[in-house]
Amino acid sequence: MITLRRPEAGPAVPAEPTPHGRRANAIRVEHLDAYYGTHRAIGGVTFDVAAGTVTAIIGPSGCGKSTLVRCINRMHEVTPGAYARGSVFVGDVDVYSPYADPVAVRSIVGMVFQKPNPFPMMSVYENVAAGPRLRGWRLSRREMDDLVERNLLRAALWDEVKDKLHRSGAALSGGQQQRLCIARALATGPSVLLMDEPCSALDPIATYRIEELMRELSREVTIVIVTHNMQQASRVSEFTAFLLAGEDGVGRLVEFGTTEELFTTPKDERTEAYITGRFG
Amino acid sequence: MTSRADRVFAWSVGALALLVPLTLLGIALLLLVDAWPSVARYGLSFLVTTEWDPVKLVFGAGGYVFGTLVTTAIAILLAAPVAIGASVFLVEYAPRLVRGPLAFLIEVLAYIPSIVYGLWGFFVLVPFMRTTVEPALQGTLGGVPLLGALFSGPVVGLDLLTGGLVLAIMILPIILAIAREVVSAVPSAQREGMLALGATRWETVSRAVLPYARAGIVGAAVLGVARAFGETMAVTMVVGNSSTDISPSLFTPGYTLASAIANQFTEADSELYFSAIVEIALVLLLVAIVVNAAARVLIRRTGAAREGMIL
Ligand SMILES: Nc1ncnc2c1ncn2[C@@H]1O[C@H](COP(=O)(O)OP(=O)(O)OP(=O)(O)O)[C@@H](O)[C@H]1O
Ligand SMILES: [Mg+2]
Repeated sequence: MITLRRPEAGPAVPAEPTPHGRRANAIRVEHLDAYYGTHRAIGGVTFDVAAGTVTAIIGPSGCGKSTLVRCINRMHEVTPGAYARGSVFVGDVDVYSPYADPVAVRSIVGMVFQKPNPFPMMSVYENVAAGPRLRGWRLSRREMDDLVERNLLRAALWDEVKDKLHRSGAALSGGQQQRLCIARALATGPSVLLMDEPCSALDPIATYRIEELMRELSREVTIVIVTHNMQQASRVSEFTAFLLAGEDGVGRLVEFGTTEELFTTPKDERTEAYITGRFG
Repeated sequence: MTSRADRVFAWSVGALALLVPLTLLGIALLLLVDAWPSVARYGLSFLVTTEWDPVKLVFGAGGYVFGTLVTTAIAILLAAPVAIGASVFLVEYAPRLVRGPLAFLIEVLAYIPSIVYGLWGFFVLVPFMRTTVEPALQGTLGGVPLLGALFSGPVVGLDLLTGGLVLAIMILPIILAIAREVVSAVPSAQREGMLALGATRWETVSRAVLPYARAGIVGAAVLGVARAFGETMAVTMVVGNSSTDISPSLFTPGYTLASAIANQFTEADSELYFSAIVEIALVLLLVAIVVNAAARVLIRRTGAAREGMIL
């Protein structure tokens, strides 16, 4: 059902336009409701993410952005009392099917958190190798070295750490730690990378490097990024979803479209109010 | 507040704080003075020679050192794995409803006075060891080469094995309470980072939580060692206190350093006898300081030291 791919395999869903002229969906979210106990944090969220694109999720604090991305790889339910209703597809995997194993889902969807969280008791090398080791891949020393190098290169970190591969992952700067976390998430070759405010703990230069990296990566990996920063959304994303909590405290999708449209000619007046800074 | 009041306050707090190390230093000096005749006479050989004869006025604490090391080793080998496993269970697996009450219960166990453990050990554990456990050990493992030596000799119940077992039961809640704090102090970002890579719950515990908590867990175990090392009452009541022989048998009715003091301090009728007993106390004090300091450093490394929790 869920097939685990080796890193050399390409994305599950082709990034090229399909014969119908539309790009295939990497992620499809349908009528998604997510709860913390009795509190409904998001309701009725539906949208598609095209493969090989960067999609930004924006909205005021507390509108459910983190909750939404955490539903995509079933990390939401890790919080005690939290659960989700509705459906999410990643490629052709039905994430919330009763037969889907959350552990398997998480292994085809990478995630990068707001605060860099490398494993401090592991070296830089071991941090990147952690995913492949979990998966039980039998790689020779050479193959593993190659895999680590390849993913550190993809995360634009190799040059800075190639001489300290065997130092602790926590001994890097904040921006380097975050790129290490990106390399770690990429190492098992996920088709989707979820990033929840990956730059909010970083300075402008580290932020710039990660934004550049996202543009690079989006050719091979579909990226969904939560951001508070609208400039960031317009710089890196092709599509944007605007989420807003209603009177009832339930976050709903107000508008979804290309980033250009959403920022220049928003259809909904609430979107316009938000992007022009009138609330939120 | 005026700056003068501030200064007075700072000075008095400083003086009070200074009182603690000064007291410790004072105790150590007093012990050293009283122990001096023995220290000067035997030097370091005091710790390794095993003849302890108040009649002939020969004092070597080697047998007590041996008994202490054996009982402490038994205690830590039995208690640490159970305590660490239970702390992981409590933090990572137990339903949230039972977590609080269980944690409270463990802290209560950790504060039970040691005489209570001693009485229970003497009246419940010792007969059980004598009639059931030790004959069974002797019957099964007694015949195995090498290993069998551990379980040879007469079965009395009052011996190093029972002493170690009582110590294990006593230090289990202490290690557990601290290890629980250490494990729950592991940031959830570490757990989520591992889960998000596609780890199962157990993989998350073994590859992210335990490595992160390792220093603190070792610290908790070291604190258990410190406690077992100096524990007096409970172990005195069950350890036998009759032989200073260094024998491989765990069924030896031995002494520990602390039980030797408890048994003999009223009998010290000569200066040398008295100073030999005081020297044992000095050894216990020095070891306690070193081991506790090491444990705190380790626990602080995980950032989980809670003042007052350290026993
Ligand atoms: N662990 C939790 N337990 C209970 N409620 C939660 C929990 N986490 C989030 N919530 C609630 O769910 C709603 C959405 O939270 P979420 O963290 O998804 O918002 P967000 O859009 O990511 O906010 P921010 O921009 O501040 O990160 C909020 O009302 C919040 O109070
Ligand atoms: Mg958030």
